[in-house]
Order: sequence, then C-alpha cells, then structure tokens
Amino acid sequence: MVQNAPTLPQTPEQPSIWRIALRNRSVFWGGLMLVIIALVALTGGLFTADPMDINPMSRLKPPGEHGLFGTDQLGRDVFSRVINGARISLTVGTAVAVISIAIGLFLGLVAGYFRYMDALIMRVMDGLMSIPAILLAIALISLSGATLLTVVAAIVIPEIPRVVRLVRSVVLTVREEPYVEAAIAAGTKTWLIMGRHVLPNTIAPLIVQATYVCGSAMLTEAILGFLGAGIPPEIPSWGNIMSEGRTFFQLTPWIIFFPGAALAVTVLAVNIVGDGLRDSLDPRIARTMR
Amino acid sequence: MLFYIFKRILMTIPVMVIVALFVFLMLRLSPGDPAAVIAGDYATAEDVQRIREQLGLSEPIVVQFTRWLGQLAQGDLGTSIFSNKPVSQLIAQRIEPTMFLALTTIIFSVLVAVPLGTIAAYRAGSWIDRVVMLFSVGGFSVPVFVLGYVLIYVLSLKLRWLPVQGYKSPFTEGIGPFFAHITLPTLTLSVIFIALIARMTRASVIEVLEEDYVRTARAKGQSELKVLMRHALRNAAVPIITVIGIGIALLIGGVVVTESVYNIPGLGRLVLDAVLARDYPIIQGLILFFSFIYIVLNLLIDLSYSLLDPRIRY
Amino acid sequence: MTPILDIENLSVSLPKGADRPFAIQDITFSVNAGEIVCVVGESGSGKSVTSFTVMGLHDKRALTPVAGEIRLEGKNILGASAAEIRRLRGEKMAMIFQEPMTALNPVAPVGQQIGEMLEIHTNFGAAKRKAKVLQAMRDVHLPDPEKMYHSFPHQLSGGQRQRIVIAMSLVLEPVLLIADEPTTALDVTTQAQILALIKELQTRRGMGVLFITHDFGVVADIADRVVVMQNGQIVEQGPVAQVLGNPTHPYTKMLINAVPSMTPPSRAPVAGPVALSAANLNKQYGSLGLLGGGRVVNAANDVNFQVRRGETLGIVGESGSGKSTVARCVMRLIDPTSGEVLIGDTNIATIAESQLRQHRRDIQIVFQDPYRSLNPRRTVGQSITEGPVNFGVSPAEALERARRLMSIVGLAPEALDRFPHQFSGGQRQRICIARALAMEPMVLIADEAVSALDVSVQAQVLDLLEDVKEKFDLAMLFITHDLRVAAQICDRIMVMQKGIVVESGPTAQVFANPQHPYTRALLSAAPGHSTFDSKGGASAGQAAPL
Repeated sequence: MVQNAPTLPQTPEQPSIWRIALRNRSVFWGGLMLVIIALVALTGGLFTADPMDINPMSRLKPPGEHGLFGTDQLGRDVFSRVINGARISLTVGTAVAVISIAIGLFLGLVAGYFRYMDALIMRVMDGLMSIPAILLAIALISLSGATLLTVVAAIVIPEIPRVVRLVRSVVLTVREEPYVEAAIAAGTKTWLIMGRHVLPNTIAPLIVQATYVCGSAMLTEAILGFLGAGIPPEIPSWGNIMSEGRTFFQLTPWIIFFPGAALAVTVLAVNIVGDGLRDSLDPRIARTMR
Repeated sequence: MLFYIFKRILMTIPVMVIVALFVFLMLRLSPGDPAAVIAGDYATAEDVQRIREQLGLSEPIVVQFTRWLGQLAQGDLGTSIFSNKPVSQLIAQRIEPTMFLALTTIIFSVLVAVPLGTIAAYRAGSWIDRVVMLFSVGGFSVPVFVLGYVLIYVLSLKLRWLPVQGYKSPFTEGIGPFFAHITLPTLTLSVIFIALIARMTRASVIEVLEEDYVRTARAKGQSELKVLMRHALRNAAVPIITVIGIGIALLIGGVVVTESVYNIPGLGRLVLDAVLARDYPIIQGLILFFSFIYIVLNLLIDLSYSLLDPRIRY
Repeated sequence: MTPILDIENLSVSLPKGADRPFAIQDITFSVNAGEIVCVVGESGSGKSVTSFTVMGLHDKRALTPVAGEIRLEGKNILGASAAEIRRLRGEKMAMIFQEPMTALNPVAPVGQQIGEMLEIHTNFGAAKRKAKVLQAMRDVHLPDPEKMYHSFPHQLSGGQRQRIVIAMSLVLEPVLLIADEPTTALDVTTQAQILALIKELQTRRGMGVLFITHDFGVVADIADRVVVMQNGQIVEQGPVAQVLGNPTHPYTKMLINAVPSMTPPSRAPVAGPVALSAANLNKQYGSLGLLGGGRVVNAANDVNFQVRRGETLGIVGESGSGKSTVARCVMRLIDPTSGEVLIGDTNIATIAESQLRQHRRDIQIVFQDPYRSLNPRRTVGQSITEGPVNFGVSPAEALERARRLMSIVGLAPEALDRFPHQFSGGQRQRICIARALAMEPMVLIADEAVSALDVSVQAQVLDLLEDVKEKFDLAMLFITHDLRVAAQICDRIMVMQKGIVVESGPTAQVFANPQHPYTRALLSAAPGHSTFDSKGGASAGQAAPL
C-alpha cells in the first residue's frame, strides 16, 4: 500500500476523520464511483425511456438496435429498467445501514455499559444471529406483505446483532481506559462519560461497519427480489428484473447479466470504500502498518 | 472440563428458547389475522378457520407457546398445512443434497482460503496481497445467483463441460455424476465463503506475525516457512475457526439461493416452495432447524478452542 | 585477541519523516569473550535498535543499516545472506527479550520450544534432543525439568519463563548472548535472581554478553564495561568503575545523579489532620459460584492505614501484592468487599454512586500510563476543566484555574488548546497532575505515577509531586514497586505481599531496620544496592542466587 505514513506529531489539531479517510486511495476512487452511480440513480430516470413501457413488437431482443441492454419478455427496455433500479438499490442500502446502525449503536452502548442489561441483550442477539439472514427476511416479508418498508425492516433485523457486538466490544475496551476512570473520579455523570469519552470511539468502526451493512443489504434485497420474496414485482428493482429474466435465461442471458453487473459494481464500490475506511480509520490495522 | 461442557450446553438453552419465541411471535404479531395471511387471497372462511384450528391460534397466547415448546422439545416441528406431513419428515427427505452442498463448500473453501490468506498476510502490501484482497472484496460484491448464472453460461452452455442443473445422489447414482452435478453449485457458493475466510486468515496471521514469539522463532534461526506453519498459523487458528462458525448462517442463506439457481431438491427449495404456498409451519420448522444446526456447530467450535489453545481451559 | 562482537562506525537510518535521520549514528564498540557490556540509555537512545540490528531482526521496512560493519568473531555479518544469518542465530549468537510473557509461543510446550533450537541447527535424534533440553533446563535451575518440559508458557511464572528463554538461547552454547532489557518486566526479587543467573552462565561458559538496559542499578550489578547512548549516538564508554565512579559526559552525570538514593532523607513526623483512612479493607475477586467451581483471590486482606494532610504514605510491593487494588478501592473505581474508607468523616466504601459523586472531588488519582490517561480526542484544557465544571464551577473560572495550574506544573498555559499527542510522556503526567489538582482535593493518589517515565523525567515529576503536596497541603498515597522512589518521597511506607500488609512504619526506620523477611528480601534485591548506597543504611548484601 503506497499510503502516507501517519504523520501526526506536528499538526496543530488532530485531522478530522474525513480528512484521514480521503487521503486513502481506495476511499477516494470507490467514493468517486459511488458518487457517479448515485448521480445516475438520481437523474437517470429523466433521460431514459419509461421503464414500465411495454412494447409487444420487440420482445426479448438482444442488446443493440433495441436499446443498449436489449429488451425483456414484455418488450420493456432493459437499460432503462437497470438505470431506474439503481435508485431502489441505493435507497434500500442506505436506509438499512442508517437504521441498523442507529438501533445497534443504542443497544450496544446499553449492553456494554450497564452490566445488568448485557446478558439479556446479548442472548437475544445470539438468537438473532443464529437465524440465517435471508431465511429470516423471507419469513418476515411473507408474513407482513411485501412493500419497500417491510423489505427494509426485514433486512435491518438480522443486521442489528453484528452492530451491537461491535459497539459493545468497543465500549468494553474503552471503559477500562484510565481516562474514563479519571472522568469517573472527576464526578462526571454517566451519560456525559458515554457521550464524551465512549461514543466518539465507536464512530470510526461504525462508519466502516455501515458501509459493509449497506453493501450486504443491497445484495440481500436483490436476492429477495430474485427469489420472488422481495419488493413487489411491478417495481423495477435489480432483483426483480433478474427474477423475471430467469425463465428465458438460456435464450436471453443479458436480462440477468446487465442488472447483475450493475449491482456487483455498486456493491464493489461500497465495499472498496469500506476497506479503505477500515485501513485508514481502524487503529488496530493502523498499528500493524506502522 | 466435563463440567464446562455441561455448562456450555446449558447456556445454549436460553438462546434456543429466544429463537423459538422469536419465531413464534413473528407469526402472532404480524399485522392482520395470521390465519388469513397464510390462507392467501382466495381462501374461503372455512379455509381460514381450518388453518386457525391447525395452528391453535384461538387459544391464549401463553398456552399456545408452552404447548408448542413442549412439542419442540420432543422433536415435533409441526405439520405442513398443505401436504399434512410432519415437517421433520419433509426435512429428512430433503436434507441430503443440502448437507452435501454445504460440506463440499466448506471443505473447498477452507482448502483454498487458508493458504491464500496466509500468503497474503506474509506478503502484506505486495501485489499478491492486493490480488487476494481484490478477489475477496469482489467475492463479497457479486450476488450468489448472478455468479451462478455466469458459471452456468460459461462452463455449461458455452463450453459444455458440466451439466446445467440438478442433483445426483452419490449413494444411488454414483460418485461421478454426483461430482459432475455438485461442482458448479459448490464453486458458486464457495466464492463468498472463500472471501470471508481468506480475509480473516489474513488479518489474524498479520496480527500473529507481529507477536514477540514469532520474533523469538526467528531469533532461533527458524526458516520462514516453519515460522509460518508452526508458530503463526497455529496461533491464528481460533479467529479463523470462529469466522467459519459464524459464516454457517451466511452459508445457509447462500444454499437457499444456490439450490434455486441449480434446481437442487434440498432444504433451500423446501423453504421457497413453502413461502410460495404460505405453508407457515414448514418455514417455522426450517428456521428452527437451521438455527439449531448453527447453535450446535458453534458450540462444538467453542469447545474445540481448548484443543487449539492450551490457555483456554475450562 | 579478536573481540567476539565488533561494531564499527555503524549507522542505521530511519525512514523519511521521522524525528531524526538516523536511529543510530556512527557507533563503535566491541564485546570480548568473558565480558558483559551494558548499553545503557533512555527511551529513543537507539540501544534496542543496536541489539536487533546485530541479530538481523530489525524492522526491515523502517530501518536500514547504511554504513559501518558488524563483525562476529572477525567476520562482517552485515552483508551476510538471510540463510547465513539464520544459521548464526542460535549457533553463534542468541537473544533474550524484555517480555518473557509474550516471547514464548503460547500453544507449544516449553520443552518443545527449546528443542526446536536443536531441531533447526543439529541432526540429533529425538532422544538426544530431549536429553540436551533437560540438561539446559537444569543449567538454568528450573525445578523438576522432566515435568516442566511438557508445561505451556502460561502455566509458568515470569521468572520461570525467562529462564526457559535463557535455556533456549544457550542450548547451543553461542559465543555471544544479547539480552535486551531481560529483567525490566520482572519483579525486583526475580530480577535479582535472573541477573545472578546470567552472570553465572556467562562466567561458566566464557561467552560475551551484550546487555541492554535503562537501569543504572542493573549496570552497577552486572557490567564489566558500559556504553552510554543518547539519541542514537555513544556519548561515553569505558570500564564500569570509571563510568559510574567518574563520569565525564554531562549526560552520563545527569543520568547517574537522577538515580534515587536508597537512603531516605530524615523526615519529621507529620501532625496534620487525618484526611484519608482505611479500616479492615478487603477485596475479594471471583466467587465460589453456584456449584463451588470458582476460586476466590484475596487481592486485599484486612488493610488498615491513615494518611494525614501534608503526609505521603507509600504502598510498596511487587506485582500481585494488591497495592493497586487498595488504590482503586479507596478511589471507589472498584467496590471493596468489606471494610471502611473514610475521607474526612465520610465512609465512602459503601455509599451509592449518586451520593459518592459529591465526595469524588476530595480524592483524585494520577495513573501509571501517561499515554492512556488523557482522552486523545479532547484538548488538555477540556480534560482539566471537566471535573470543576461537573461541580458547578463556571467554565471561565475553571479555565482560569487550569491556566494557573499549568504554570504550577511547569507547562505553558497557552498549551491548554493542544491535544495530548503533542506532549511527551513526562509532560502528560504533569497535565494529569494538573487535572487532579483542579478538583482541589484533600487526597492525591499516585498509582505508579512515575514508573513509565525515563529516569531523568522521573526525578522531575517526583519533585513536582513533592512540591504540590506542600503547596496544597495534600495527603498523598503513593503506590510504587520501586524502593528507590519510595525512599525519596514517602514519609511512611507500607509493604504489601499477596494482599497482606507485612510491615509498615516511617520510611527511614523501615529501610534501616526492616523487620519482615519479605521487606529484607525486597531491599537486598534492589539493583545497584552495593554501588549506589554503600554509605550506611541497610545493606543486606547481594541477593542470594536461588
């Protein structure tokens, strides 16, 4: 890794997390890729054909004359559908990351700091972790009906335990630090100790975790769609497009490959940013680089 | 030691009860009448009533739960609404392909991932490390089913090396056809698992290589290969095995998708068919079954730590 | 005669961006057969880089030897191939390390780890290897080698582990032994035994020993010749008597003068009011558990003491003695199992956290590790003012108080806006003292507060503690493992062993006339005792090697 050695000593202030992060090449390039994808997702719908537009005259046409990515069995433009699908993937990924981090942070702080809550919360998390995420999501969605909201909720629930474990382990380490003990000795109230001395230590690992959750949520959403257990089929999410492409896969593989590639590239960008953030923010990795 | 094993087994009971409670409440707390949800949009009032009876939904919730726990404790996972067969019997019929797919995947993944991760750690920062890490990030980014279709397209449809779909039992149809059919699903499912294990191996070995005892081994004049094998890998084993255990949940999720792509009549297909038919007892039973497997495997892994590291004593 | 190790004009460069271009610069010295050469210096002096470079174990990404030669028995090994260096390690030169706790592979039996040396460098059969290993274990006086052969490192004490490492390094009878701070992590009594062992083996085998240390006491006990390093350069070298008795370089003089004397100055008894007292204080760890499977450790057992305002009470003991447990119980960072802790008239041992909070300002603590005692994300000013603001002092007033305290502890008040990473270890310890004083406490606890500091900085921080105690009329509880430090600062001391107070009394009296055998063992084991404290005091002679 050709990366600047941490040159802390002479700076007037500790550089902000974002400054450190952007110095990392993976974060920069992955982030740039994500910004482009997000721009396409937000504005793409304005320039492409209606993704719902049915054209019985040009069904299952290969890429080329009938649109950049060809057409599906109803003659809809696959390119337009893929562009519009990006919005859904990114929305689900971001929403799941934000919600599961928020819930996980709260539960993790409570479990890590209050001994009497620890056992209860952690046993529940152990239980949740033992249920395969996809199975749990399928069951939840099939019971509560498939809408964007239930899909997000069903993906959030299995992601929570990992966040709780992470936060809890940070809290348990930090609360042993002499500076926290000094704050206790100075009569600082518990909630202030949490906010001032403990919480800031969870931010860097949580940012890293959030990117991984985001990537994995987009994959889960696509898998659910593909299995026919996700967002309602009329919404052109990447998973739904691919699900419809299954029947004619041997004839028209592009209906699966194009949205699949779009999804893989997006998740890859997210994960590359995550790896870069981990390298530049996680003190344990930073130590081995020194 | 025996006392500890006993204690550890006891400790898994609350977790299993929590899973059971969760699965139980999932149905009862879902919006609307669960019997109506299960019965579907075209059900008659009698259908709904029949399902309600079958699931025991008309009794007080505490009674329902205790009775259900009692049944579970006797190994009764419930009865399918549509086929009227016990769920345990359905699981038994479908478990073989799933078990073999999981086994071949774990074996293949470990054989590939541990050496890859170790080399990457030893040459941390070099091009070989970067290739391994890139593969690993990629493995986490490609959806299992897309990978499956790419492999089918290239290896089966274009090159015609391997059969497209299906499953052949090694017992009734022979080892050759078994491997021919299981190769593609195994490759497909392994990629994410290899990514996971290789990553953890790399991180763990990098950490161990910084340890003082590795320096001691070098100070003895030990060769680098032996330093890696005898000192580093042995000490790095615990986190690697742990991640394999946690990865079981990921593996089971992947099995559902892979079986769907390759048309393998295993437990994953059973889940999907049950979801489409809204046969809730089957879904319930399978979730419980899978988390039981997960908990037992992780218990075994926990107990194996003491074999790997003498400091962990019970 | 060719020296065993001959280092000539050696320079090792640091990577760009470091605080200086060279880790070590143009150093020249040698080690002869049958001789112990001590390389002594403070942290950052380059003494460890020297030893690691000789073994070829330096961090090759950061450190590059750029000039000079390292000759082992006359042959330059600086340009040798990796395979060649590997062969020399163990056969010709061997090394023992600072941390016996981490230097051994935790998952392999110790006998096997010694045997590995023979496996690498000889073609002995298994039986012959084992016999050799057992002999090596007997040579370092390990009890019951047959049984210990199969033990894992975590089952042994620190001293035993260090003996295993020594046995391992010497099993092939190398001509050069490099010892890098081999006793720093050990308790003082164990240290004396290990030093005696190294000396004994060196004399018996006539090998050369390169001994790295920061401790002039150790130098006085073990060295034939001394090399003093500062900032990567050698400032002075010569026979031990000459360097210690008649140092020429100002840095050497300063280091030797900074070694605290074991003879306590005479102190008048303090008559101030009692500020802190403990009565029948107990702390047990662990419990028997429901089925009786647990174990109970008495970390502190029936501890009683009083500290008056203006007085310093030292609690002295080795690791595991319970001295820090007492400090943490008194601070209520942990809850005592039973007993009383009185601050003024209030028993804080059992009151609830909500009531405890108002008493916290009366008792403050300075910890051992200057690098972890301050929140790296908060400015020094924020750290110092946190406590007063908790107790209703306005932020402006608290900041004014912080400025005053910064000058009192010898730092610029402008530095309040800076972050901890911009300060050295000694400066951070001063900040921690200022933070404690900002609460205007009656009692100050110093828990090994100078133990992590270099000897020259240590002396300054001790002076500061003494100063502020006078100035603010504090009752001070001074926890330390270091008898020299205790002698200098404590009015009275209390010696603890395994949770029990074995002896207590005025410092001068305890040092001059120790009653308990454990106190006597501690005093006689203090390194450099005969050299630095020959004039009067308790001189029980050298530690008897066990």
